[in-house]
Amino acid sequence: MLSYTVRRLFSAIPTLFIIVTLAFFMIRLAPGGPFDLERPLPEQILQNLRAIYHLDEPLIVQYGLYLKSLLAGNLGPSFVYRDFTVAELIANGLPVSIQFGGTALLVALVLGSFLGSIAALRQNTRTDYTIMGGAMVGITIPNFVTAPLLSLLLGVYLGWLPAGGWGEGAIENKILPIVTLALPQLAIIARLTRGSMIEVLRSNHIRTARAKGLPERVVIFRHGLRAALPPVVSYLGPATAALLTGSVVIETIFGVPGVGRYFVQGALNRDYTLVMGTVVLIATFIVIFNLLVDLIYGFLDPKVRYD
Amino acid sequence: MNSTAASPAVDPVPAAAMAEQVLEVAGLNTRFDTPDGEVRAVNDVSFTVARGETVGVVGESGSGKSQVFLSVMGLLASNGNATGRVRFKGQDILGLPAAKLNRLRGSRMSMIFQDPMTSLNPFLTVARQLTEVLVLHKGMGERQALKRSIEMLDLVRIPEAARRIGMYPHEFSGGMRQRVMIAMALLCQPDLLIADEPTTALDVTVQAQILDLMQTLKREFNTSIVLITHDLGVIAGLADRVMVMYAGSVVEEGAVREIFYDPQHPYTVGLLHSMPRLAAGRKERLVSIPGQPPNLQRLPKGCPFRPRCSHAFAPCSETDPALRPTGPGRAKACHLDAMP
Repeated sequence: MLSYTVRRLFSAIPTLFIIVTLAFFMIRLAPGGPFDLERPLPEQILQNLRAIYHLDEPLIVQYGLYLKSLLAGNLGPSFVYRDFTVAELIANGLPVSIQFGGTALLVALVLGSFLGSIAALRQNTRTDYTIMGGAMVGITIPNFVTAPLLSLLLGVYLGWLPAGGWGEGAIENKILPIVTLALPQLAIIARLTRGSMIEVLRSNHIRTARAKGLPERVVIFRHGLRAALPPVVSYLGPATAALLTGSVVIETIFGVPGVGRYFVQGALNRDYTLVMGTVVLIATFIVIFNLLVDLIYGFLDPKVRYD
Repeated sequence: MNSTAASPAVDPVPAAAMAEQVLEVAGLNTRFDTPDGEVRAVNDVSFTVARGETVGVVGESGSGKSQVFLSVMGLLASNGNATGRVRFKGQDILGLPAAKLNRLRGSRMSMIFQDPMTSLNPFLTVARQLTEVLVLHKGMGERQALKRSIEMLDLVRIPEAARRIGMYPHEFSGGMRQRVMIAMALLCQPDLLIADEPTTALDVTVQAQILDLMQTLKREFNTSIVLITHDLGVIAGLADRVMVMYAGSVVEEGAVREIFYDPQHPYTVGLLHSMPRLAAGRKERLVSIPGQPPNLQRLPKGCPFRPRCSHAFAPCSETDPALRPTGPGRAKACHLDAMP
């Protein structure tokens, strides 16, 4: 188990390397640079700035320099927020993002598997159709549409919740962004749980459990849910990735001061190091979460062995 | 051979013998609602199982033999519905709510299934799956239940039971899993054990071991056994009495010797003929009954076996023959008075 974890972490290094390389050259392909302002800077100042940040050297040399500092654990200075390093900016946004994404994941997982189980147990009834209809809507409507819609409806027209802003992390400010972020994942998890649960409830070992005279509660929770969970758990890897990338959009729309917003601003400002920093961060998170999911899977399914 | 163990269709039995009936089924009909219409899986089936008796139930796939006993156990699929009368030790149990049925299931009557590979829960240890039965029905503590479960696994001859009980089903072979199923079914020493094709999924040597084991357990516990199978060899070795089913109805019943040596229904004759024989020459073709079993959604008028029967005559296409007694403990559903 430990050796498996270590091996998996090592095998993540090439993945991260490829991601860093692609991201580095892609952001450089974008026209413009960090110091292109509306009122152009005097030529001399611009040249001095470019020299400080090694932007005057060939791209391949800059790439080498970036890799070197990355290996030393240094994400570099921000080109635009000149008083901050990228690490400082991320340290600023990360707690908010983690809380935001983590809550959304928890909401999606708990509510999704609960609703999915209910739908499975009431298969082909009105309850089932209502839940699955709602899930279909949740999956098909992209979050950059749900976000302004919910914001308009609940924030502007009804005035129940703030339409945007973080309000220093007040509960009512968090509800809308979290709901918007969680909704598509919640919908997918509900559908997965329903399908998996229906299949399990039809399986032979559930019939055996009933033949043993076990009460329905034990049949469903001890024998059913346990067997229905693995597909849902294995979806948590992709779900985390979707939440991380989704949060980039949602954080920007609702003005949540998280890492996602830095990513968007960094990209717009051509703040190369800031973009790279967030990319590395998100990639690392996805790699770690996939590993975690695989480890959890090993606990759930006795047939899976890591050695 | 137990000649008092008779079905209601056969000669009236003495009142004293009636008390010994573990299971009495009368006029059982099982229907399934499907998008294509109603499937009549079990049609007016009546029989009894006496204490300590082993009844074999044979028939092709889809003859309704499993559905009869899933109806008895209250384990029908959600679109299924059973009507009629099922009495277990004198108590009416058909249509009882699951909560009440659960006091009997796994405790007084239990069932083992065809496919041991999928009938055990792959996510729980064997220990958990065994002890939960004892904790539930006998109110045992975990430790006591574990001890009893290990004894049971010893009894069904699982080597190193104390060590293996902590394993998961996938760490057991098919034959071993069926032994675990049998041990699980016998934990509370039930009055009735329903074995639904217990050996079908196993290879021949393991089959023999399992049947041997059931033979021993039958002697030791004096449990009534219902053995559902399409393998006549299994029936011959274990059963006292045989019920032959076709298209959801009982077409013939009698003591095992009588069924094997003097079959009275053309279908039974066909079944016996279609067994491969060791004595037969290598080149000889295996005999099979021509045609297909009828569609249970649209049973034809008259005898359901008529289209495949070489002895059919005029009445067969008019009326469905009722099961009628033909001798002590014997009955058949055929218009023929005797096999030609």
